[in-house]
Amino acid sequence: MSGYILEMNGISKEFTGVKALADVNFKVERGEIHCLIGENGAGKSTLMKVLSGVYPHGTYKGDIVFEGAVQSFSKISDSVKAGIAIIYQELALFPDLTVYENIFAGNEVQRRGIVDWNRTIAEAKRMLGKVKLDVNPDTLIKDLGVGKQQLVEIAKALSKNVKLLILDEPTAALNENDSENLLQLLRELKRQGITCIMISHKLKEVISIADKATVMRDGRTICTLDASKGEISESVIIKNMVGREIDDIYPKRPDKKFGDNILEVIHWSAYDSELGRHVARDVNLHVRKGEIVGIAGLMGSGRTELAQSIFGNPKGYRLEGELWVDGSPAAFKHTSDAIKAGIAYVTEDRKGDGLFLIQDIKSNVTAANLSGISSRGIINDNEEVKIANQYKDSLYVKAPSVEQIVGKLSGGNQQKVSLGKWLFVGPKLLILDEPTRGIDVGAKFEIYTIMNKLISEGMSIIMISSELGEVLGMSDRIYVMAEGRIKGELPTSEATQEKIMQFATQ
Amino acid sequence: MNLYKEAKSLVKVNIREYGMYIALFVIMLVFTILTDGLFMSSRNISNLLDQTGYIAVLAVGMTLVIVIRHIDLSVGFAAGFMGAIAAILMSQAGVPVYLTVPIILVLGIVVGMFNGVLVASVGIPSFVASLAGMLIFRGALLRVTEKSGTIIVEEESFNALGNGFIPSLAEVGGLHVLSLILGVVVIFLYVLSEFSARRNKLKYNFEVVSKSIFALKVVFVSLIIAYITYIIAGYNGFSWTVIIMLGVTAIYHFLSTKTVLGRHIYAVGSNPEAAHLSGINVKKITYIVFGSMGLLSALSGILYTARLNSATTTAGTLFELDAIAAAYVGGVSAAGGVGKVTGSIIGAIVMTSLSSGMNLLGVGISYQYMIRGGVLAAAVIFDVMTRKKKG
Repeated sequence: MSGYILEMNGISKEFTGVKALADVNFKVERGEIHCLIGENGAGKSTLMKVLSGVYPHGTYKGDIVFEGAVQSFSKISDSVKAGIAIIYQELALFPDLTVYENIFAGNEVQRRGIVDWNRTIAEAKRMLGKVKLDVNPDTLIKDLGVGKQQLVEIAKALSKNVKLLILDEPTAALNENDSENLLQLLRELKRQGITCIMISHKLKEVISIADKATVMRDGRTICTLDASKGEISESVIIKNMVGREIDDIYPKRPDKKFGDNILEVIHWSAYDSELGRHVARDVNLHVRKGEIVGIAGLMGSGRTELAQSIFGNPKGYRLEGELWVDGSPAAFKHTSDAIKAGIAYVTEDRKGDGLFLIQDIKSNVTAANLSGISSRGIINDNEEVKIANQYKDSLYVKAPSVEQIVGKLSGGNQQKVSLGKWLFVGPKLLILDEPTRGIDVGAKFEIYTIMNKLISEGMSIIMISSELGEVLGMSDRIYVMAEGRIKGELPTSEATQEKIMQFATQ
Repeated sequence: MNLYKEAKSLVKVNIREYGMYIALFVIMLVFTILTDGLFMSSRNISNLLDQTGYIAVLAVGMTLVIVIRHIDLSVGFAAGFMGAIAAILMSQAGVPVYLTVPIILVLGIVVGMFNGVLVASVGIPSFVASLAGMLIFRGALLRVTEKSGTIIVEEESFNALGNGFIPSLAEVGGLHVLSLILGVVVIFLYVLSEFSARRNKLKYNFEVVSKSIFALKVVFVSLIIAYITYIIAGYNGFSWTVIIMLGVTAIYHFLSTKTVLGRHIYAVGSNPEAAHLSGINVKKITYIVFGSMGLLSALSGILYTARLNSATTTAGTLFELDAIAAAYVGGVSAAGGVGKVTGSIIGAIVMTSLSSGMNLLGVGISYQYMIRGGVLAAAVIFDVMTRKKKG
């Protein structure tokens, strides 16, 4: 029972012009817990998608050897049949179905198309026992917490006789207690002979659980570290992850001059009547002219909700408190009012609510400021092309023309188009929500450079980010949020990752 | 050789757009051959276009409704009901035509806006809201025609909207002169707009197609307009229905492609959340699109009532589905954000051409439905396939 259960040899994968994976070699031994580490956009998820057949055989170069045989998965169900299961960050459960229905969704216990519910429930109970989850199988998924939902996902994987379990940042949304339970379960599964690949950003977890750890950077595997040889330590991992000094990642801004407050929020609360709770509570913050203010915090700490409640409140929260823009009180009825007042908001979810994916670059760039290319309601097509080309060039968007459909661009280029849309509005204050999520290191650097340039032109920026390095590297001042409240404010000179995390987990 | 290459690549890139026109051409050609030229006779084409009118205006409005990811099933009986109200106003209340038409059109807008409020503000799915509207209008139509049955309209000028032709001024060699003049004016305006668009592009230093392709295109389109004008001038000339249909198409084409409002409509259709975050008032756009649908339903009702010279108890039956089919045949996407007004007009003409051609050939009504259904399915399959290929 030893040797390699999985060998991925010379895997290369390209997306329209962007190399996502370049000659990746990745080997996993039977029965180990192998962590896969790297920055966002390093290629971890792409590699796992190649493995699981999301990208079918033939769309990538290289070989996958699983259980001693070369595999050519053409769809996800092929890899499932071979015994590979992936659990993604966004759980793929049906919230309105019961636990047992979810565990066997797509894999029903049946005889000639008729489901045997009694056996389904009995089997589900057995699987729940395996993952040590003590809930009634009749419970609806939406009534469970995220931690327990994760366990249901694992139970689902186990029900398919999984040999290799892949977890994509399983603890990202979990609290400490749930995280520890999950890690404990993984150790237990390892004893039962299940091999596990875990993608994680949390180095402490990696150090505590990994038998081996492979570091990826810029679409390549950099090294594989072995715990039994004592190679896995925070400093070694970080050095390999980053591959360069912090100074190179975050471009310097030489002359910092701050003016008056461009935005001030006083005792600001936002109540979400659908959730029945406050998403932001008694928030006080201000942004000065020429300043980059970072807002750090964990997922679900209310950062996005706070930003949207300021930006014309599209979700219709019940608001309380005062909002001052450029020295005068403001009350926005609609996002268009906020835009008129000089605020722009670049969403964290560019595909979901940021871009018009089926439209071309030029329509996206001008969407928030059509009056800039029209007179008396009639659009000047040529002016539009000209403007779009200007932004395409100044933001380094890599695309053959501004007629390119945005849905076909890479994440980094989409983000730049999204940014271009808001720069064309000519805002005084730019709110960037996770501006570099899911984009590669090169594009990140370009976005940071653009941010600095905008600041030097007199703009102010609020940057919401979950990447502590980015918050520390780019901000002038940092607010830390947790549970909808501002838990702390730090000048960057005094801020450290530890201090921020302390506030964020209060 | 170079010219051929450029033309080929242009066709390749725009195959989706041209597909509709090619399909229409093929259908017309096949029927013309099968009927020994009877299909392309002036009389038949004139009739065919008149028959298309009241569905075509609905298809135009429906295009925008589907683009913003909604549907309106109430338009058929809404048209029938408003046509009946028009008939009652004129023949029973004695309201003159020049007041009746605007009253009905405004009534249409109000009805459409009401649908818009139900959908956008109350949050009822448009399928359900408009299904309710369909039942209500059907009942309302029956109610107002209950006593008298068919309501005859005797206003000549009103009926002319459905069956009348523009005055001829003079006749030369059996051709309708004013129609000829109209055709020449349209060609002139078309050529002028092409030249000015090209000049503008050059002013911006943008790439333009080569001179020979440009000339070829201008001459080709001009010839087609000239040919259609020639055929129509051979039998009474342009009808008022066709003039109205062309006018509505021109206005909506301009609105949807050249204006801020049009952009907002397509933005809402391709991603409502992103539209909202871009400062676009999604509710307002929904009101406007449903309001315009109501306006065009009223217009459709007027055209249909005028065409029959009367309002009947069954007016408007299945209009909504014909309009929806025309829109889909014309390349509108159910996923939202995609679809052209001109495409839907061509779609409507394709559907009527099929009926007209099959009628001339004496094909039974049972086969007609099946063939039209097949064409609808084929059009959507073509649409899906070409979209995939592009991706």
